[in-house]
Amino acid sequence: MSTVDLAPVEGVELAPEGRLVSLGRVRGMGVFLAVLAVITLVAFGIGVPSGAHAVFLVSGPPALSISPLTMSVRWVAVALAAGCAALAVLLVLRRSARGSYLIFSSGVVLFLWAFLAWAARGAALNLSQMLVGTLVYATPLVYGSLSGIMCERSGVVNIAIEGQFLAGAFLGAMVGSASGNLWLGVLAGAVAGGLFGALLAFLALRYGADQIIVGVVIVAFCTGLTNFLTEQVLTPDQSTLNSPQTFSPLAIPLLSKIPILGPMLFDQNVFLYGAAILLIVVHVALFKTRWGLRVRAVGEHPRAAETVGIHVLSVRYRNVILGGVIAGIGGASFTIGSIGEFSAGMTAGLGYVALAAMIFGRWRPFGALGAAVLFGFALSLQSYLAVLNVGIPSPFLSMAPYVITIAVVSGLVGRVRPPAADGVPYSRE
Amino acid sequence: MSAASLPSEAPERPASPPPVDAPPWRRFVRFVTEANVAMVTLLAVVGGLFVGAILIVVTTPATLHAWGELGSHPGRAFSVTFQTLGNAYGALFVGSVISPSALGHAISSGRGWTGVFTPISETLVSATPLILAGTGVALGFSTGVFNIGGQGQLIAGALAATYVGFGVHAPIGIHLPLVILAGAAGGAVAGFIPGILKARTGAHEVIVTIMLNYIFLYLLEYLLTTQPLQEPHQSNSISRTISSTGQLPHLFGSGLRVNLGLIVALAVAAGASWFMRRSTLGFEFKVIGANPAAGRTAGMDARRATILVLMISGALVGMAGMSTLAGTDFFLSTGYGGSTGFNAITVALLGRNRPLGVVLGSLLFAALSTGGRYMQASTGIPIDLTSVIQAVIVFMVATPALVREIFRLREAGAGKILLFTKGWGG
Repeated sequence: MSTVDLAPVEGVELAPEGRLVSLGRVRGMGVFLAVLAVITLVAFGIGVPSGAHAVFLVSGPPALSISPLTMSVRWVAVALAAGCAALAVLLVLRRSARGSYLIFSSGVVLFLWAFLAWAARGAALNLSQMLVGTLVYATPLVYGSLSGIMCERSGVVNIAIEGQFLAGAFLGAMVGSASGNLWLGVLAGAVAGGLFGALLAFLALRYGADQIIVGVVIVAFCTGLTNFLTEQVLTPDQSTLNSPQTFSPLAIPLLSKIPILGPMLFDQNVFLYGAAILLIVVHVALFKTRWGLRVRAVGEHPRAAETVGIHVLSVRYRNVILGGVIAGIGGASFTIGSIGEFSAGMTAGLGYVALAAMIFGRWRPFGALGAAVLFGFALSLQSYLAVLNVGIPSPFLSMAPYVITIAVVSGLVGRVRPPAADGVPYSRE
Repeated sequence: MSAASLPSEAPERPASPPPVDAPPWRRFVRFVTEANVAMVTLLAVVGGLFVGAILIVVTTPATLHAWGELGSHPGRAFSVTFQTLGNAYGALFVGSVISPSALGHAISSGRGWTGVFTPISETLVSATPLILAGTGVALGFSTGVFNIGGQGQLIAGALAATYVGFGVHAPIGIHLPLVILAGAAGGAVAGFIPGILKARTGAHEVIVTIMLNYIFLYLLEYLLTTQPLQEPHQSNSISRTISSTGQLPHLFGSGLRVNLGLIVALAVAAGASWFMRRSTLGFEFKVIGANPAAGRTAGMDARRATILVLMISGALVGMAGMSTLAGTDFFLSTGYGGSTGFNAITVALLGRNRPLGVVLGSLLFAALSTGGRYMQASTGIPIDLTSVIQAVIVFMVATPALVREIFRLREAGAGKILLFTKGWGG
């Protein structure tokens, strides 16, 4: 590991959150935006007949009807391309890295707007539903990345999130279905995730096994086990064991009456509210409490933490098990939150996407939220575009979230700094 | 920084070597009571089968019912359990190694020998891609690179081999080597992507390779619906069949599916063993895996090594895809390769990253899955049971200290597993 030079290096600025953003990277973002501007202008603007219109539907509460937003695709694209180009110039000319991510994201949003207008040309796109879809897809990712944050802030790599998702989804569906009580299902999902968190902690902390390997094998184990049990136990008795109800949307009084935003944010199922609450709780606990300071100390420098009287291994045990519980609840949201049935391999690698969200969010809850929303948007976009029939073959649409993950992990994130002791076994001698 | 196995408790006193003049039986007793590589692996298999047995018992209605009546018919619970387990594990053996009844029949009648050797041939057929892919993953491990992209690289290799398999027309002496090389090249390209991304941007290969698995799955799905890959006049998503000159010939006649791919796989494993132990580049890889700082000091280029090792690893996994395509399947379908890419990881761990170990581990896992298919057909127990057994085996192999504690073995060399994966920072 190279030594970190704390003196300011030319062209490199220490961002407020401690991330090194080189001006070269900022210029790179500017160039990227310029490319997007050109694509917008040519493909979505000039390449479209001038008469083409796109309609964005925005659903409001029943009492208030909002007129659909009708746009001429070409002129919207030209205007947005100009905006995007202006932001690109701004980035290239910048002398400071501060705020560059905000400018960059705004540019990407403009591009997406133009893209959506182009995709919806001659048709209507329900914008509100798509944004709701974004939140629905993002919910398990938030649980997954919070699980990762809990574990990794204490210095244990949890790559088993995918397995904990599967375990939570399976047991949540089975218990929720057999008992008829969805809350018992959530509890069961939490227990299932927690058990596999405990297994990871046990093998990694007590026996010093390689955490990444144990994590991968836990995923293999959970995949095999849930496939086996689905076929052997659930399928013969589908109607009692694998047909849970799902949580119905719960409208929050007053807030859900806000036009447009109300139904989107405050008329959702409990998993979404749970994710929001958990997000705040984990953030406050990690960064504003003594407990959080101890956890972070253990994750950064366990020996120093031990010296001042913190019991490193018990902090790690607790956090890894808690992380498993959180992932298990997130897993339960797959079955009793939306689909209402467990099927083999249903989490489709989202546990790993959650891990990418955690890294993209720099091991911080709200950073991970931003990443989860981005991935959720990609997933939602994919399902809507498949319906719109935009001329892009559907396998490529299905690929999009994974391609974005790679782009994000390699292009935008750059070299991240994980907790210093992440993945390193600790022994006292 | 490396996360090689560190037992958390203080190491026990080193076992004194047995006296040279000790009688053989004492040396044998000593061998089976200490935690050496062979014993840990053997006991891990026992542990895996034990967990599998518990799963069968608690999910089979007949045994559950018998155990429910433990008070009134205590003997029955045990007899039903033993019968159920005997049937299941018996089927596992019959389906993967040899069927005693078929053997008896063949001996008495002098006919039906093909049927006797079919299970073992099928096990060797399943082992072939595992040996190739497992060796590839093991090469990565010993350089500190965790290649979870087996599924994607396997698809890439099989895709390239298919294009060459139906697109090129040449005599077998030219065509077949081209197909094999195409498989390796396809996998190498798929391995190059995470390699260059890791070297250039620091993107962790674990995430990139997993994402590439999905990307290649969807790419295959797309290509299978377009020309020239899709079989003409077909609505199903299957590819054209490769021509016979591009197929790996059978080794023992057309009745048994075991083919030249097995020989290729064994040769590759032997080559990998030589590469890691004797070649300069292999030495460089190992040094960088064990201690990147030392490697840099000695003037080694860690970035180049990362790219190269992912390419080589990918090439071997790509050859695994080629081996099933040109050996037994001859055409592609969606989701090609299934879980072979992931099983390669477990096989590499089981074999402790040594090519010989990978070969033995592949034979074991291949036997489990071949037998598992037979078990599912004859007893109705889902084949997924074997993935659970495999996972348990690897859990135990990856934590020798746990095996030592469960079975009360003496400390011996099995604590040192040659793995150098790191956290995200590495």
